[in-house]
Amino acid sequence: MKITFPHMGHLHVPLRSFFSRLGVETVVPPPISQETMAFGTRYAPEFACLPLKVNVGNFLQAARLGADTVIMAGGIGPCRFGYYAQVEQEILRDLGVDLKMVVLEPPQGHWRELWHNLRAITGRASLKEIWRAGRLAWRKLTALDELERELHRVRAREVTPGDASRAWRQIVDWLDQAETLSETEEAAHLGRAHLAAIPLREDDDVLRVGIVGEIYTLLEPAVNLEVERVLGEMGVEVERSIYLSDWVKTNLVLHSLHLRNDREEYRLAAPYLGHFVGGHGLESISFTIRYARSGFDGVIQLAPLTCMPEIVAESILPKVSRDMGIPVITFMLDEHASEVGMRTRLEAFCDLLRERRRQKKRSQRAKELLP
Amino acid sequence: MRIGIPRALLYYHYHPLWSTFWRYLGLEVVSSPPTSKEILDQGVSAAVAEACLPVKVFYGHAFYLAPQVEFLFVPRLVSAETGTYICPKLMGLPDMLRHAGRKLPPLLSPTLNARCGPRAWEEALTRTARVLGFSAGQAKRACNAAAAEQARYTAKLGEGKTPLDILSEGKEDKEGGQDQNLGTQKALLLLGHPYNLFDDFISLGLLRRLRARGYRVTTAEMLSSRLIAEEAARLPKALFWSLGRLVLGAGSYYLRSGGVAGIIHVVSFGCGPDSLVGELLERKARRAGQLPFLLLTLDEHTGEGGMVTRLEAFLDMVEWRNAS
Repeated sequence: MKITFPHMGHLHVPLRSFFSRLGVETVVPPPISQETMAFGTRYAPEFACLPLKVNVGNFLQAARLGADTVIMAGGIGPCRFGYYAQVEQEILRDLGVDLKMVVLEPPQGHWRELWHNLRAITGRASLKEIWRAGRLAWRKLTALDELERELHRVRAREVTPGDASRAWRQIVDWLDQAETLSETEEAAHLGRAHLAAIPLREDDDVLRVGIVGEIYTLLEPAVNLEVERVLGEMGVEVERSIYLSDWVKTNLVLHSLHLRNDREEYRLAAPYLGHFVGGHGLESISFTIRYARSGFDGVIQLAPLTCMPEIVAESILPKVSRDMGIPVITFMLDEHASEVGMRTRLEAFCDLLRERRRQKKRSQRAKELLP
Repeated sequence: MRIGIPRALLYYHYHPLWSTFWRYLGLEVVSSPPTSKEILDQGVSAAVAEACLPVKVFYGHAFYLAPQVEFLFVPRLVSAETGTYICPKLMGLPDMLRHAGRKLPPLLSPTLNARCGPRAWEEALTRTARVLGFSAGQAKRACNAAAAEQARYTAKLGEGKTPLDILSEGKEDKEGGQDQNLGTQKALLLLGHPYNLFDDFISLGLLRRLRARGYRVTTAEMLSSRLIAEEAARLPKALFWSLGRLVLGAGSYYLRSGGVAGIIHVVSFGCGPDSLVGELLERKARRAGQLPFLLLTLDEHTGEGGMVTRLEAFLDMVEWRNAS
């Protein structure tokens, strides 16, 4: 059995670590490229949202490298992601590609099915081995998320553009190579030092921008046209509403146990959106409010074109923006999105944010001078 | 008190239930007229570009009613049957509309969520009626009357009438044109969400055109919910969109059993669920290879000429196949 899975940011690092620890051979799909997109747009439904298209591209490229089994997550709606695996299976079937699909559905009380599917992948590994592999994968994931937050801080202030991004690629590689918990700690330590060694500008006048939206477009740089890097190199510090480890904790662990830690999101969003709408639509509202309250300069919403939950959020965000006094810009991404187009809009957005900041400072100074 | 019910979205499935409920309580129920260019334009100008056509149409109807009524009935439609949703946009609709930046009367937005139990709709409607000062007993009786009316409606659908036929009953000008002689003509299966199929303006008179060509039109609404559920159970995984289940269930049923000369699937541009449901249906139809299949995508720019050309080519193919 050779396992593959869809790309989503640095998800491949913990997943590969998990499976190879258990002695399961894995094929990480090649990094998302023009070819991935071309496969996806050719074989996936025209109006499907972008992640499905990229998934299909990932699977076809992985199949070429010898993968024979795909691991996919499931869902219970109303977001389309919950039915991705079934549609993808049909596409692969009609193409005659021999990939078996193992879908891990949220348990909803049927733990046995999840266990059965997990066992199909993990083979004869003992519970203790699974626990250990899981612990290692989890540590890699949290280390990556922690370092990525630091990356965002450093990148906005680096003297030489590109330093932080180069360091980051190195860090991901180190964490990917680590084979034990102690090696992972060592890699994380090295990573922190690596980022700390980057010379930073003295002035601290960076803009702070929050990024909200749909999880896949938030986490996958190849799909969001590396919006975080582009902003960082424009001297903007970004913070994201979703990190993979938080998402795993909330959605895979707590929700499966019928526990919640997202009441606060519902409470914050309530004046604007009184019900969950699937995906991260509600979080896009609540995090915009959070960012406004913590003094961020602006908010960027990212979503795949036609994403239903984010269209709900997009319809409401102008009101939040007006009430809270924080500029919001939306990017709907699909296979035609261009980096140049995005960069132009981002530059205009940041000019606006800087001007607002200047005006705020001016009026503050005026207040101080006046008796 | 006047309450407005926009003639859009699930009006076509639940109008008898909703209007009877409010009328029983003594409210005057006003519906917007059939969709027109003005109504659509109003909606298009206020909604975000990415919103789908049906949502824009709904906005237009709501704005049309706004100056005439004390309340607008815009339920938060989460789920109509256990284990399913309808669509994320319908779950956020009252909030989207409220923040669209137009002056609106207060919205009455009970959360209709059958996932919370079989009586959840009734309880939600009752709570809303209580807010307006009606007693629990009054609301209960109104619910019963409404449920009875809805059951009559469902029964009529089962007789082969479309929602458009029933909802425009008693009017001089029947927008869709009734079937003349049920049973004797060639039948076509018309699949799609009710707010596209039965909105004469949005569907560019599709129903009318098919009937004018002498076809009997069958829709998913005419099949029993038991049959749809049986068909849906054959899917590899339960489909969690109820309108998608209806489309895929009815489509699979006729693909297997025959009895229609062709299938037309009507979708709105950018419809999330249909982008996947339509794909599954089209692949099924292609594999079965028995019935001609036409996918028509509608948006606010759909031109009549293009649609008619495609429809005629499709009907020619259907007729040619039948002749040979």
